[in-house]
This record gives sequence, structure tokens and C-alpha cells, in this order.
Amino acid sequence: MLKALQLEPEKCTGCLQCEMACSYENEGVFNPSKSRIKVFTFHEEGRFAPYTCSQCAEAWCMHACPVEAIVINADTGSKDVLEDVCVGCKVCTIACPFGTVNYNADSGKVIKCDLCGGEPACAEACPTAAITYVDADHTGLERMRAHAAQTIPRDQ
Amino acid sequence: MKHVIVGAGPAGVVAAESLRRLQAGASVTIVGDEPEPPYSRMALPYMLINQVGESGTYLRKGATHFSDLAIDVRQDRVVGLDRKQQQLTLADGGSMTYDRLLIATGSQPTSPPIPGIDLPGIYSCWTLEDGRNIAARAKPGAKVLLMGAGFIGCIILEALAKSGADLTVVEMEDRMVPRMMNDTAGGLIKSWCEKQGVAVHTSTKVTGIEQVGDGFTVTLSTGDSVAADLIVSATGVRPNIDLLDGTGVETDHGILVNRNMQTNDPNIFAAGDVAQGRDFSTGEYTVQAIQPTATEHGQLAARNMAGLAGAVHRGSVNMNVLDTIGLISSSFGLWMGADGGDSGELLNRDRYRYLNLQFNDDILVGATSLGLTEHVGVLRGLIQTKTRLGAWKDRLIEDPTRIMEAYLGSTQAIGFNAAVL
Repeated sequence: MLKALQLEPEKCTGCLQCEMACSYENEGVFNPSKSRIKVFTFHEEGRFAPYTCSQCAEAWCMHACPVEAIVINADTGSKDVLEDVCVGCKVCTIACPFGTVNYNADSGKVIKCDLCGGEPACAEACPTAAITYVDADHTGLERMRAHAAQTIPRDQ
Repeated sequence: MKHVIVGAGPAGVVAAESLRRLQAGASVTIVGDEPEPPYSRMALPYMLINQVGESGTYLRKGATHFSDLAIDVRQDRVVGLDRKQQQLTLADGGSMTYDRLLIATGSQPTSPPIPGIDLPGIYSCWTLEDGRNIAARAKPGAKVLLMGAGFIGCIILEALAKSGADLTVVEMEDRMVPRMMNDTAGGLIKSWCEKQGVAVHTSTKVTGIEQVGDGFTVTLSTGDSVAADLIVSATGVRPNIDLLDGTGVETDHGILVNRNMQTNDPNIFAAGDVAQGRDFSTGEYTVQAIQPTATEHGQLAARNMAGLAGAVHRGSVNMNVLDTIGLISSSFGLWMGADGGDSGELLNRDRYRYLNLQFNDDILVGATSLGLTEHVGVLRGLIQTKTRLGAWKDRLIEDPTRIMEAYLGSTQAIGFNAAVL
């Protein structure tokens, strides 16, 4: 059974431990700006919302890549950036309609969530279960994918 | 069913792979006229600076990728098209019949009519062979003159500057990347380049090139002259439509296609830089000549060639991202604004940070950014989904950096919506 990250904004306290864990797991440093998952702040609503790549079926990033540097991980279904193949052209960063592929100027490559190969550090670090790694059927992933499909735009 | 694809760039390759997925038993052939395996022109600048080798530019990395998919990739040049016989004539003398034909021949660089423009040692940066020639000559300290500071010029500029060359850029329009950036952003890119030691002449034309020893003397419309060891020309490209001359397949700037990527001949389709396809923002048919559009075209054309119903092109969002010696810029859709629309803008000249959002009603229709590398794709998402921003529009006008919050707040279960969504 394919698993996916379930993100529940109503449970998020904005503690940013997910960002620290992600940055440490993937970059070896505690630097939230290197995190693949981000917590967004909604002052008006008094809410926080963690957000990262939904590993969408459309895989806009993967199809936009001119050098086949983004591939599907057969074990987890995640779309992974092959760092040694990525040339840093950034086309995927403008192609992803969710804004979840970012350019890392230090490495000259792009970064995105790869589910940590099946053990996502953000979910492990989250103290309030606002981020959990569960069966894909239970995550509202379909809802997110339905939104992704809308990016094939409505008729004018 | 016999599918023939002319052109081995991204549009052609994506179409071939899609056709194979859709029609396991069909015959799929790609005819490309360059000697290398299908490669990405976009990756050439990275080869110039040795960040990748030649194989790093290949569109597909597996040595047997195409044969595994039973896609026949042939090196040859199509020189004739007979629509009645549904047959192509090849440069090697052979011929090839088709049931469905896809023209994905891309574009080629054009040169302005300048005395001396045909001298040996003046290169476009278009083919892998051009890349090899430029890489061999753009040595540290070499005087390089780049003609054209459009999108392609600026991509090459990055590579030339990194190679340590002494670089001069000449652009005839009044700013850099004029078809992608407004005055503010184009001006900031120019001042950024000058700060990095690149000489930039805008509103300037090259009026003549003379060979002097191993190098050149280049005369400018300002009356100045510049010495150069190497000249790289990036003054524009035009679609490769000559193949269709006299065939009755309708062309304008590029090949005219309908929303099924089909030409006026129902068996002939076009995709990528050669196709004049639908623009998402304007509904008009234009040649966008960008990578994401080429792959969208390729997928759509394949679905229509395979006879799938409902594969209708809603239009591609025109968008670009550029790295000019470390200053990253992007633009999307109607970045120049919509009639009667509103905008929000944030500018910090000292830090080269700029974000300009263009709205029509409460829908984002265009954007320009400088120095933004985080979540930039959401601009495309907001534009293409035509998300109604409601209260978020005013918040964005006040602080354009809140694009992700605006997207999440408008589409996801945040705050008071959480219970109902």
C-alpha cells in the first residue's frame, strides 16, 4: 500500500520542528530555509499550515525536466531529484503549480520532498500529529490530486 | 498505425513515449537530423561550463531507452512531404510512409543582416556542435561579444561569464530580456550584470564585424568599436517550417494548429517550438518556444494522434525562469498586466529583489520576480487554476510575498474553512 504525508493544519502549532528535522535529515544542518516542508502562518485566522509536495500523479516537475533528473521512486511513489543529473535550470520550479520545488543556490540544484525514502523525518518530529505518514487512501490525497487536475485549466 | 515524428527534441520525444504508452502495438519512428542521441538545448549552457558532460544534455539517460520502448530513432533529414501519398522523402534518398505525422522540428537561430555576420568564428549557441565550439574558445580572459540579451542570450551569458571570459553584451532593445521582463526587472538585471563586470550596451546595434588577425573588431551603432576573440550570436530564432513550403499545410509565424494540435491536414500534427499553439492567457495562437510548452504540446499531440477523445488544448501558460550570473528571475502569463486589472509590487533595488503581481478581478493573471527561488511555481498554479483570491487579493497587493499563503488559504482547509472543506 502506497503511503503519503497527511497534513492537518488544524493540529499544527507552528513549532517548526518539521522544518528543522527535514533540514537536518536532508542537508545535515538545522536551517529551516533548507527544509522541503514549510509551515505557513495565517495571522488573520490564527492558524498554521504545513505544506510540501503531494507527490502528485501529474508530476509537472518530472515532465518539465529537460534532462530526466526527476524520477519516480518505485518503493514510495515519490518524485525524486537525482542530484548528479540535475543541471540547475530551474524549469521544474516554475512548472510545479504547488510551488513545492525550490532552487538551492548553495548546491546549484533543485530540492523537493522525497519522503526521506519512506521514513519522513518531518512526520517523526511533529509533536502534535499534524504531519503523519499514512496509507495514501486516507490522506485527502485525492482531494489534493483533484486540485492538481484543475491545473489543467478550465475552459475560458 | 504508423506514427512518424520529425524532430528529436523534447516535443518529439515526449510525443513518441506517450504514443507508445497509448498504443502498445503502433509503429513509432523519430527522425532527427543531428548526429547525437536526442538532447536538450536547454542543457547546453551547463555543458559550456563543464557542469555536465555531453551525455548530461541527453533527454533520456538509458542507452537502450528508445529501443526498449520500440521507438525507432533515425538520423536523417526530411526533405519532402507528399500529403496525398502520406509519404516523406529523406535526404539519404529513402522515403517513409505515415498514418499520422507529427512535425516537431523546433526552431533555428536567425542572424541580423550585418556586414561580416557570416565570418568563421561567429557562433550561435544552438546545437551541441555550437556548444563544443564555444567551449573551446571561451577561455578565461578571452574577449567575448554576445549579440542579443533575450532569454537565450541571457542563459548563455551566465555560462560565458562563469567561464571567466571578458564579456560584452549588445542588445538592440532598451532593456535586457525585453520579452520576459518589464523595465524595472530588465533594468535591475542590467545593473546586476554590470556589477559583475559585464559590459552591457542596450539600445545598441552591432553595425559591422571585421576580421582582425585571429579575432574581430565589432562596430556598434553608438560609434564605438569593441575587440573580440569570439562572437556569440543570440539575436532570435525562427520556427523550422521550410519543410512545409508548397505542401498546403497552413503556416503563419509557426505551423497553425487547432486545439487538438492538428494542422489543416487531419493526419498531420505539430508540437513544440515550431507550432503556433494556444496561449492560456490570451487565447491567441503564438509560438512560445519554451520547454514546458513543448512537452505539453508533445503529450497532447500524441493523445490526438492516438485518436483519444477530449485531448483538447486549453492553452499553455507562457513562463520563463532565468539565472543571470546568480540573479534568478521568472515571469508568468500576462506579466505586463491586463487591461483594467490591478497590480501589487514590492521592490528592493539594493538587494535586487522584486515581485510584481498582476490581477484581473480577483484572479492572478501574471507575475514577474527577481531574487525569488522559493515557491515560485505557485504563481503558475494560481494563474492556471484561475483561483478566485477573494480577500487574499488585497493582502497580496499589500504584501506580494504571501503567494503561498494566498494559494493555501484559497484552496486548502485552513482556518474557518477547515470544518467544511
